[in-house]
Amino acid sequence: MTKPRATREGYADALLELGEELPNVVVLDSDLSKSTGAARFGKAFPDRFINCGVAEQSMMGAAAGLAACGKICYTGSFAVFATGRAFEQIRNSIAYCNFEVKICPSHAGVTVGQDGGSHQSVEDIALMRCLPNMKVIVPADYIEAKTAVKAAAHISGPIYIRLGRPAVTPVNGDDYAFEFGRARVLRVGGDVTILAIGIMVGEALKAADRLAEEGISAEVINVITVKPLDEETILASVRKTGRAITAEEHSIIGGLGGAISELLGEKHPAPVKRIGIGDMFGLSGSADELLRHFKLTAGDIAEAARELLLYTQ
Amino acid sequence: MKVETKLEGPELTEFLQEKALTIRRDIIKMTGIAGSGHPGGSLSATDIVAAIYWYALRHDPNQPKWKERDRFILSKGHAAPVLYAALAETGYINRDVLWTLRQFGSALQGHPDMRKVAGVEISTGSLGQGLAIACGIALAGRLDKLDYKVYTVIGDGESQEGEIWEAAMLAAHYKLDNLIAITDYNDLQIDGRVSDIKDVCPVDDKWRAFGWHVICIDGHDMDQIVAALDEARQLKGKPVMIEAKTIKGKGVSFMEDMVEWHGVAPNQEQMIAALKELGVDDWTSW
Repeated sequence: MTKPRATREGYADALLELGEELPNVVVLDSDLSKSTGAARFGKAFPDRFINCGVAEQSMMGAAAGLAACGKICYTGSFAVFATGRAFEQIRNSIAYCNFEVKICPSHAGVTVGQDGGSHQSVEDIALMRCLPNMKVIVPADYIEAKTAVKAAAHISGPIYIRLGRPAVTPVNGDDYAFEFGRARVLRVGGDVTILAIGIMVGEALKAADRLAEEGISAEVINVITVKPLDEETILASVRKTGRAITAEEHSIIGGLGGAISELLGEKHPAPVKRIGIGDMFGLSGSADELLRHFKLTAGDIAEAARELLLYTQ
Repeated sequence: MKVETKLEGPELTEFLQEKALTIRRDIIKMTGIAGSGHPGGSLSATDIVAAIYWYALRHDPNQPKWKERDRFILSKGHAAPVLYAALAETGYINRDVLWTLRQFGSALQGHPDMRKVAGVEISTGSLGQGLAIACGIALAGRLDKLDYKVYTVIGDGESQEGEIWEAAMLAAHYKLDNLIAITDYNDLQIDGRVSDIKDVCPVDDKWRAFGWHVICIDGHDMDQIVAALDEARQLKGKPVMIEAKTIKGKGVSFMEDMVEWHGVAPNQEQMIAALKELGVDDWTSW
């Protein structure tokens, strides 16, 4: 297993390769290029890097204009500003026009840590998921982020790729390659399906280990693409297990939990438990403290599985 | 082939004024038939749009995606009728389509949609967004070493949007001298006088302070518009803002400088009266 690395590092490394491979890739940021890693692209390709200053709305507009002229644009910033402050610019200037703008902000979720609730985006997946033409990808580790960012250049239209600040232990091997719209079954099981994204994939695998010791067989699926969902893989699993847990570092409203509940409600009604942040904002603390506070750990997933099994035997 | 006018002096002025008159008549008939729309702000921008399309713009209606074309973005997208009329008169779209404005199934949406209408560069309508997009197009032109110009018309009410000033800083910082913006300064917005709602005055000093070259003109004096466009196209090192003082509803006496005509279409009687003022005796024959 390789060392823990942040998904945002995957973004920065992918941009450098994209810069070499595709002359029409342009990167924009809004004064957070050191945090997103886009500054490295800026050093290598100064003409194709545009720092818009602290101005996310016009950054999205400029990206739309560049895309109108055949450029493939990647935009940075933090998730809360990129998707919240500039939401309506993403809607009308980018998604409505179906432009090639890949929105890849970092610092999503509560693992931002000490900066606190104002900077912790817990609603970005919900915001992006409801926009027509928009696709939503939530990488679980460095290699997934890097290959997803690279693949996005070849997937038509606007895409949201959610990236994070902390280093995460890899859940994929080095030979991993992202496949758009495909979920991955990381562990086969028969009693309960755990559907996870982002940093929660690693927690889901740990939870499955603990449950196995108790004789509970959990299937773990890394959903990766939240929109469009890999309905086939997800439905096949829940048809087998009969129950599902969703796990995400995001509000339980409107994100993965919402998407899975919608899917199952329509196509295969089954009990669902949503692990995520309740209807509340984040707060300051270390990433680990906050994950424990918001009940986003392997132990919390395992407990949800036990409860679900108890009530649905 | 690209559209170019070889006319000069009084002949040019007369030619552009004729085009503006045609657009005005179309705006009235379009909104009249549609029963909704924004005639006031369309009429205030008409002379500017006519000068852009028939004097300034390097374009070819037969090749809407021609790489070297100059771009025009109507940032104040609610003035869609003025854009549609110009696109019909230049030949991007069929004239008959004009009379389907805002109807179900029509390509002519209430606000311009680039995916539905040839010649519409960017979908606009949500105010404040066109200028930043124009910056992106200007940046792309520089990257691609193409010498096209980007023109955009913004509203004075629209200038109350924060994104306008973000984009103003962006354009000046990157010295986008291929970007020419025009403020259609008619001093009226939906709720009343711009100077009463939230004053944008002094427009010229604001843009100058933001690092733009500013030219102040009467937005209905064709010679002044042409001269300003000439000056703007020559200028190096800075983006240009043309502050054009205009009259909302210009050309129709009962609409001029009346806030009521911001977003209300003429009924049939008013449409006939307005077209009469614009020299059309039988509206069915226009």
